[in-house]
Amino acid sequence: MKKNKNILPALFGVAALLIFIILLENISAIIPGLPQVFQPTSPLFTVLKKAAVYSLVAVSMNLLNGFTGLFSLGQAGFMLLGAYTYAILTVPASQKDQVYYLFGGCAFKFSIVDLFQSFLGSSGAGGAAAMVLGCLLSIILAGCMAGFFAYLIGFPVLRLKSDYLAIATLGFAEILRAIFQWQKLGPITNGANMIKGFPTFSSFNITDANGNVLVRLSTFVPFFITSLCIVLIVLLIRSSYGRAFQSIRDDEVASEAMGIGLFKHKMLSFVISSFFAGVGGALFAMYVANAQAKAFTSTMTYEILLIVVIGGIGSVSGSVLATFLYVACSEWWLRFLDSEMFIGSFKVPLLRNGFRMVVFSIVIMVIVLFFSRGIMGNREIDFGRLLGKKRNVETGKKKVG
Amino acid sequence: MSGKAKENEIALHLENITMQFGGVVSVNNLTLDVPMHKIIALIGPNGAGKTTAFNCITGVYKPTNGLIEFMGKPMVRNHPSGKDAKTYKGENADKYASDEVLSPTPDEITKLGIARTFQNIRLWKSMTVFENVLTAKHMRAKQNVFSAVFRGNLAEENRMREETMELLKEQGLDAYKDELAVSLPYGLQRRLEIARALATNPTLLLLDEPAAGMNPQETLELADFVREIRKKYGLTVFLIEHHMDLVMNISDYIYVIDFGSEIAQGVPEAVQKNQKVIEAYLGVAEEE
Repeated sequence: MKKNKNILPALFGVAALLIFIILLENISAIIPGLPQVFQPTSPLFTVLKKAAVYSLVAVSMNLLNGFTGLFSLGQAGFMLLGAYTYAILTVPASQKDQVYYLFGGCAFKFSIVDLFQSFLGSSGAGGAAAMVLGCLLSIILAGCMAGFFAYLIGFPVLRLKSDYLAIATLGFAEILRAIFQWQKLGPITNGANMIKGFPTFSSFNITDANGNVLVRLSTFVPFFITSLCIVLIVLLIRSSYGRAFQSIRDDEVASEAMGIGLFKHKMLSFVISSFFAGVGGALFAMYVANAQAKAFTSTMTYEILLIVVIGGIGSVSGSVLATFLYVACSEWWLRFLDSEMFIGSFKVPLLRNGFRMVVFSIVIMVIVLFFSRGIMGNREIDFGRLLGKKRNVETGKKKVG
Repeated sequence: MSGKAKENEIALHLENITMQFGGVVSVNNLTLDVPMHKIIALIGPNGAGKTTAFNCITGVYKPTNGLIEFMGKPMVRNHPSGKDAKTYKGENADKYASDEVLSPTPDEITKLGIARTFQNIRLWKSMTVFENVLTAKHMRAKQNVFSAVFRGNLAEENRMREETMELLKEQGLDAYKDELAVSLPYGLQRRLEIARALATNPTLLLLDEPAAGMNPQETLELADFVREIRKKYGLTVFLIEHHMDLVMNISDYIYVIDFGSEIAQGVPEAVQKNQKVIEAYLGVAEEE
């Protein structure tokens, strides 16, 4: 009745963003002679894709750390589960022997994409539909796998508080990483080698028979899936359950006394957050076009934690904003610091390979020291206000200053 | 021991409740009854074990020994076992040994219809007054995660919001509904905590030192307020209090404990004259 007034403009905003992304992606094909930035090979699109993937993981982490107050550092572990589940389920059966050649083929002979192709046809529109449906189902299953593991380890782990929970979940992620590299599991996980050959973001581009791209959708796909997931997370946060989560963050004892079952709600938040981390992991595998346990280090978790802190703990829009800034800085804007530069005959000092990380670290230290509440604190961007609508004072959610 | 007739009268019944922390007996063999629709007070000097008794009732602690019945049904039951059995200093150690151990969590107890407030106010800090009360309605909402996320049951959400608004109006807090709960004046925070407890639709309301830190004027208002909500919602009230004015003013019956054990009980006039109480409690209070 009331909150919907804020949700509708937000949904319009998301739809507008998605249309904008499609246009941006294809603009170089429509209008020739645009600057390099708009070409498909530009770092702009790499940044957009990676940031779309990371923002989902950051928001899922924020749901757990920011809204429920559970300091968990298992995000990379759940991403790993999602990435592997997606990869194993979608590598075409015909390619499995080649990918798993060290282990004499894969233990799972089937592929979900093949499954859909068997009754939708493998070429033309049917093949495309099979690929899309197969990928979406696999992504959902990737999330479910992560959620299922979260449910299992939730029983021992969620009885721990604050730092201990962080240590336990971090340990879980590291154990997973080691297990997935175990040679004995080779027929399933391909050991320490990467799994590849599954559909990636660029598989979604619409091409003609010769493989020439007609419509690019490779940036749109991660944006679409991420937006959908974030909308779901926001709906959850604004529901009765979201309020229960926030009450647990504020005061566990009071929540329990008001009839909010601590374990049940913590588990719920943990499983849902892990589900979306799993989906994020699947998207990450699509982004890098391979699944490899080595990639999902604790550094990755810290990176995401950093994004959440920069964006503001307890702010979804802050996390999204921070992800795009962070990824843009690390992948694009600060790249020039890594290469030697000459102004005339003067060689600019300090600029060399690796200097980017030094500057980056200093920037982050400054943010954490002086803007410890992050960009948004625990506020949200008000889409209604952005569209110039006056907020209904009687019913609007009060801003926390 | 309790007949059918008694079940209708007694809301809360504590029997031989002993709470022992290591070697320290905080509550010793406490037996008391809280009849329906009455205001019953538990008083005693600092450290007498009043809040511990409350925490046993609300499930924060599991009593070492004893039985708690709510609306005639056993709710909490325990007997010393294992390590506790060796160190147990209380009485009636074997009385409940053959019965099943019951130790519900605080939220399960709240679902049965017992709501409480806290000695040091525990409102949800980042939430507004409205959200504080609304969140307390979560427990009774007919919904699951999916219906909540996909807005499958908007009628339920709207009903919760309307009931919350109504409750805030009744408590005179509607003017502050969009304020952060912690920004309210102290007296109103106390009132909000009671409103939040009422939002869980309790039959028994436990008030842990509701007048702590209040001035005499506010205390008087609080007494009226407690009487009013008891009448309006058909509540039974069980409170712990230090303010003698308040206790003598509103209680129907008083239990006095000192060092964990009951030293007196009776109607306010009788308790006031009781020599033991004057020595243990009122005497000490004057010196302070």
